[in-house]
Amino acid sequence: MWTLLGVGVVIVGFALRVNALLVVITAALVTGLMAGLSAVEVLSAFGKAFNDSRFVSIAWLVLPVIGLLERVGLQEHARSFISRFKAVTTGRLLLLYLAFRQVTAAIGLLSVAGHAQSVKPLIAPMAEAAAEVRNKDISDADREDIRAMSAATDNVGLFFGEDVFLAIGSILLMVGFLAANNIIVAPLELSLWAIPTAIAAFLVHGARLVLLDRNLSGKSAGGRK
Amino acid sequence: MITYSTLYVLAGLLFAIFAVLTLRDWTNPKNYTTALFWGLFATSFLAGDLIGDLGNGILVLALALVAGTGGLGMGRPDTTSADDRKAFAITFRHRLMIPALMIPAITLAGTFVLPAIPIGGEPLVAAKQSTLISLAFAAIAAGITAMILFRQNISAPFQEGRRLADTIGWAALLPQMLASLGAVFALAGVGNVVGDIASQVVPHDSLLIAVIVYCVGMALFTMVMGNAFAAFPVLMAGVGIPFLIEDFGGNPAAVAAIGMLAGFCGTLMTPLAANFNIVPAALLELKDRNHVIRAQIPTALIMLALNTALMYALAFN
Repeated sequence: MWTLLGVGVVIVGFALRVNALLVVITAALVTGLMAGLSAVEVLSAFGKAFNDSRFVSIAWLVLPVIGLLERVGLQEHARSFISRFKAVTTGRLLLLYLAFRQVTAAIGLLSVAGHAQSVKPLIAPMAEAAAEVRNKDISDADREDIRAMSAATDNVGLFFGEDVFLAIGSILLMVGFLAANNIIVAPLELSLWAIPTAIAAFLVHGARLVLLDRNLSGKSAGGRK
Repeated sequence: MITYSTLYVLAGLLFAIFAVLTLRDWTNPKNYTTALFWGLFATSFLAGDLIGDLGNGILVLALALVAGTGGLGMGRPDTTSADDRKAFAITFRHRLMIPALMIPAITLAGTFVLPAIPIGGEPLVAAKQSTLISLAFAAIAAGITAMILFRQNISAPFQEGRRLADTIGWAALLPQMLASLGAVFALAGVGNVVGDIASQVVPHDSLLIAVIVYCVGMALFTMVMGNAFAAFPVLMAGVGIPFLIEDFGGNPAAVAAIGMLAGFCGTLMTPLAANFNIVPAALLELKDRNHVIRAQIPTALIMLALNTALMYALAFN
């Protein structure tokens, strides 16, 4: 049971908003010590895992080009471009992005979009601009909500699209784990069973995006009174 | 053959440049410790294979201590003003979209083309690594194109990259740290304990309750571990296979696939899935680091209920 103490450290640490890097390394030390390892052994195991996981941080190679495009006005261009289309609302734009993200993920194209390369430079500024067209005095809180919803839409689209693709990591993990337990399933069966959830996710999150529009326009109508 | 090792050198050099630029930036009140942080990160990329496991452990400890003691500050890298950017947007117009669209286009093309090019009997890039390697190439190609199209000097991409890195701060390191924590959890057998607890609370006579324990357990354990991949083997071995598949005769593919998706609902609700939830909050400069999670919770809870219902309705016919 004491093995779970490290999990407790993570929950309490994050709840109290202690610096997350400190929380993680403390949780690793506590977990390892409870499992009977010495501090040096835990630190070595953590160091090895950290070194083996460096590929996780490779994506930061996009930072210079994303920053450079901000410097020369990409966000401002995206804003003025989207505000020319009067029919485009924040919710409709994000609904379109949700569909795009789900469909591309379902055919295995996970890295064609993402937080650094599309949400920050394009989608979030466009979603904000579409709301500005309808309400010039949009509040900072609403702006933050719209940006957060843009990131959320990327995640929902990715998570509930990718498992429809046969060769994705999670499908291969399931096939491998079941095979190790003498249960043989084909990747195709698993990906077919992901389709009902994918459709449900589009309807549920899509409905929330439509409600977001209604919420934003309600506020602007109230402002005019 | 091009592998991740090639990219580690590039990433190491990039963060080393950030460190040097930070060191010389006197507008950052914490320029020494901030430079130390990016410098240590660069060292991990450049020398991680040379300094041994304990060496890497000490390096991570140092990174956590610098960040945890408030050592990271923000500089004021040389960038453009809001008015400059509006003027640029009017001048360059749709040309600005060219490098932005090159990133997905080259990533996509590279993912398929690079593994098909043979070099001395081996593919130029292993298929497994082709997406990330293509993304890195795409970023470099788009960056060079942008510098030429918009006549920017060589320091601009590095100053702008450092500006974003300072904005993200220690959260840039969190995904890799959490992946490592998962490895330590696995080593200590955390999963086995959770699996035992889950299998003890499942009743033998109620299919509905067993499905709920499995789906909700998948989401909860995913929240604790930060990803569904770590939760899946635990809940599948503890509840999925012995109860849902063997006792109740569930369809293995449906139990596995919908269970994994129930886990993804947990991913949407946890700060431990840092690259999906915490990093974007930093990138979008949201005041509340958990704002993206707050935006996702309604969708995640409804989807968790629907996944549970779908499994109960479809997997046991």
